[in-house]
Amino acid sequence: MPAEAPDRAPPSLVGRALKEALVTGFLAFALFLPLVGFVSVQSMTNTLLLEARWESLFSVVALIAIARFLYVLAGPWLERRRARAKPSAPASNLRKVFSKFFTPFALGFAVVYPIFVLAFTGINPGALKWIDNFGIQILIYVMLGWGLNIVVGLAGLLDLGYVAFYAVGAYSYALLSKEFGMSFWMLLPLSGILASFWGVLLGFPVLRLRGDYLAIVTLAFGEIIRLVLINWVSLTNGYAGISGIPRPTFFGIPFNASDEGFAAIFGLEFSPLYRTIFLYYLILALALFTAFITIRLRRMPVGRAWEALREDEIACRSLGINTTNTKLTAFAMGAMLAGFAGSFFSARQGFISPESFTFIESATILSIVVLGGMGSQIGVAIAAILLVGGTEIMRELDFLKQIFGNDFEPIRYRMLLFGAAMVLIMIWKPRGLISTREPSIFLEERKAIPADLLKEGRG
Amino acid sequence: MALAPHDVLLRVEHLTMRFGGLVAIHDLSFEAKRGVITALIGPNGAGKTTVFNCITGFYKPSEGRIALLHGDPVLWNELDVVTARGQRSLRRPEGALFLLERMPDFLVTEKARVTRTFQNIRLFQGMSVLENLLVAQHNMLMNASGFTALGIFGAPSYARAQREAIERAVYWLEKINLLDRADDAAGELPYGAQRRLEVARAMCTDPVLLCLDEPAAGLNPRESADLNELLLSIKKDGITSILLIEHDMSVVMQISDHIVVLDHGIKIADGTPEAVRNDPNVIAAYLGVEEDEVQNVAAKVGL
Amino acid sequence: MEVFVQQLINGLTLGSIYGLIAIGYTMVFGILNMVNFAHSGVFMVSAFIALNALLLITTWFGVSSMVMALMIIMVISMVLSAVLNWTIERVAYRPLRKSFRLAPLISSIGMSIFLTNFVQVTQGQRNKSIPPLFHKQIILMDNGNYTVAVSYEQITIWVVTILLLGAFWFLVTKTSLGRAQRACEQDQKMASLVGVNVDRTISITFVIAAALAAVAGSMYLMYYGVVSFSDGFVPGIKAFTAAVLGGIGSLPGAVIGGLIIGLIETMWSAYFSIDYKDVAVFGVLAIVLIFLPQGILGRPDVEKV
Ligand SMILES: Nc1ncnc2c1ncn2[C@@H]1O[C@H](COP(=O)(O)OP(=O)(O)OP(=O)(O)O)[C@@H](O)[C@H]1O
Ligand SMILES: [Mg+2]
Repeated sequence: MPAEAPDRAPPSLVGRALKEALVTGFLAFALFLPLVGFVSVQSMTNTLLLEARWESLFSVVALIAIARFLYVLAGPWLERRRARAKPSAPASNLRKVFSKFFTPFALGFAVVYPIFVLAFTGINPGALKWIDNFGIQILIYVMLGWGLNIVVGLAGLLDLGYVAFYAVGAYSYALLSKEFGMSFWMLLPLSGILASFWGVLLGFPVLRLRGDYLAIVTLAFGEIIRLVLINWVSLTNGYAGISGIPRPTFFGIPFNASDEGFAAIFGLEFSPLYRTIFLYYLILALALFTAFITIRLRRMPVGRAWEALREDEIACRSLGINTTNTKLTAFAMGAMLAGFAGSFFSARQGFISPESFTFIESATILSIVVLGGMGSQIGVAIAAILLVGGTEIMRELDFLKQIFGNDFEPIRYRMLLFGAAMVLIMIWKPRGLISTREPSIFLEERKAIPADLLKEGRG
Repeated sequence: MALAPHDVLLRVEHLTMRFGGLVAIHDLSFEAKRGVITALIGPNGAGKTTVFNCITGFYKPSEGRIALLHGDPVLWNELDVVTARGQRSLRRPEGALFLLERMPDFLVTEKARVTRTFQNIRLFQGMSVLENLLVAQHNMLMNASGFTALGIFGAPSYARAQREAIERAVYWLEKINLLDRADDAAGELPYGAQRRLEVARAMCTDPVLLCLDEPAAGLNPRESADLNELLLSIKKDGITSILLIEHDMSVVMQISDHIVVLDHGIKIADGTPEAVRNDPNVIAAYLGVEEDEVQNVAAKVGL
Repeated sequence: MEVFVQQLINGLTLGSIYGLIAIGYTMVFGILNMVNFAHSGVFMVSAFIALNALLLITTWFGVSSMVMALMIIMVISMVLSAVLNWTIERVAYRPLRKSFRLAPLISSIGMSIFLTNFVQVTQGQRNKSIPPLFHKQIILMDNGNYTVAVSYEQITIWVVTILLLGAFWFLVTKTSLGRAQRACEQDQKMASLVGVNVDRTISITFVIAAALAAVAGSMYLMYYGVVSFSDGFVPGIKAFTAAVLGGIGSLPGAVIGGLIIGLIETMWSAYFSIDYKDVAVFGVLAIVLIFLPQGILGRPDVEKV
């Protein structure tokens, strides 16, 4: 903010706001002129024609200018609020109570969620959407986030190709179950093992590297896996993907309409809901398994070594810790959990294609970890709910059509808002939602470690 | 094993370290004896930290040999054989011999049991004091946890090992007077306490040789005196010998048994504190600017 | 032989485009130590700006000289992309400058997703194709069944790249701006103490990066004659690969890396399999990093203990 005439104490606020709104509006005009102001459309003769959209352009520019104007006007008020919010000693007490009850409450909610949904919608396919798109979808990302959290949040290794291991798990399940008819329960661990095998294979040469190279090589690896899946058509059926993947059974009882089906055996009317509910609890169990493993491992020497590695690799080496092996275990563990999630994904969808394993997926999972607060499991879960749930809810906003007219399709803005949200949340909370660290062991009293002391790793 | 004091523990021979054109250490040879405190002193940029980096495996020396002995000094006779065979170490029932310049840094600590501290403190700032001391016992705990496999199911052997590790941590926390801060983040401690904690953390690896890089830097006289006491008590326990880089002459003269003086990467003196103090080379290169300061130091220390 | 020469020509063309984008990655990495994922988005947006500008001046204003048109759209695209990148730095990275390492990275990923979807929402999902600007090519070799030709588009790309790199080279080696940039790369705090305006230097870095990417974007549009909202990602990571291959932080390295990546891609397509050309590129990246971690021209980073 330009500091003008400090002697004339408050320079007219409105004047300043107007000026800044003008500048911002001008900038917005330049930014949005080429792509909002104009659009190219295909004519009858298949050539491109340019159309102007002055209305849209001016409404966007005006909106931004007004927002800026109001923001500047609200400036002093926001400042005062911030100043008042500073001494937050009593708030921390509240937070303690909150954090004490939050986990059991959230767990309980996750367990009763399908019942809750059914209570609202009744046993009809309408419930599917809420259990599947929200419940299962979010839990998959919670699990992936927790898995990547081991690599990024605990060990401080930046992995930009995490989705590769998810893909390995998914394709392992799809191919092995179709080719050899192996069961879900056998392939679940096997997919995890295969994924972690790939993790070790990739990690072995790469984890010796320092700095950002790991990020780059994992990014490249993620792309390689995806390209191989696309191009090795004889194995993976390329872009078309694999369909007809066997669905998981209820310990041998299939979820179908036949006489041996789940519904028939338990004397229920057939409905696709039962499978969905079963899948919900399955992914919930897998996610909780991930959480459990992580909590246990953090209290083991490996887990402490991971965190020490994130804090200071050189100090680790001076204490006799084999840092390459330590990184490798984190990498393999993360890959294995992604493999589990992948095989679940494959079994849930019944169809997979390389589309599901793009860089955007890796980026989303990484964002969940970072937005959640590195290393914090609760934070990661909240971030997954916010990001994934938030984008899913965009599908449900059809009522907006009544406001903006029938041409308005909220779904189109889904990923746009997703990207913007990522930027805004980072600016709002650069260290993530829950940024303090709980020590893994204590003598007298567990004291949270403030965020500004934590390092984020260099590998 | 009967560890006779004053046997040679560490032998640095013809050590040279070059960084491109810069010769940081040139043909340096010295010995550190068991059960004593050996000090490495010299003006800024003399190459002291570089010597530590070579000993602890962080840098590969350009030339030279660094050997360390556990156990029976008879094994020193095997040194040339081991070197010629291209081996890293020799293990016998009566002891072991290590060629440190051939070992990666973490093995120097794990196998040869040489642990260092850093000139600019390198604690795990975001971990609690207790966690810092447990990470230092990583290898012991890792074995006890059956490389995690047993530990994750709560095997009693691991629980016992962890209890012992905590006991050891508490022992050192008492010694450095930080027991009441065990659950605080290491980064929250005052500077002097961080220095002490780094020494304690290194001691938790159970070293035979503790390499301290300017442990008294930035301490006030009281803290400095406490540190002296700590180092002397480590020496008295007789398990760990100390190699010490220090600028504070009062510390050096007071507690070290043997001093090696470096200047521009070259050894200019090597002997008892008295001999070094009176060495004209040292006075010229290091203390020489004001000869009476030497007298002052000597008077203060009471030599 | 003919195939080789032709692929050499194609590879150098593609490599020039990658090189121009790679400079942006390398400059931002050098100064902020951050992988700017949004750069590929800026590249793609610049291609769209060029497209709309081209349509504007040809169909609305009836400019018929293609050379003229090309120059105008390049300038428009450079200016508007520069404004865009300046804004991105201001909004998404500057507030996170002193924050921890992953925050700006995530912010840049978010920004990249935003840009891609912004173009999808405003310009539609379909590919946009334009007729070739020049219909001419020069035939270099002809043995009856295989002709080796250089198109005017390719020549344009080379000439523009060389001119631009010359100007850019002058800018970063001979001017005070270049000195300020190098100072900020070394140590921002120190640089600001000796009077370098760090904020401004970083802003200018983003502006230059975007301008170069915009030239690459315009030429990409001209060369392929088609662009879609999803076109940023793949050239983006390839250019980034190029920057790493050349040695991240090294400007000539970025150009050399770009040319190498372009050549690997075209040669692999010709002699092995076009399907796996991208796999080859990333494979080379991984191998280079393992055996030559600092890249071809990068400074080896020594670990001071
Ligand atoms: N990794 C390295 N690369 C290049 N030069 C180095 C490296 N490490 C040390 N040096 C150089 O070697 C010389 C000796 O440095 P060293 O840190 O060993 O000195 P020192 O005796 O510990 O000094 P001080 O008392 O300041 O700690 C210095 O000139 C230093 O710049
Ligand atoms: Mg030093």
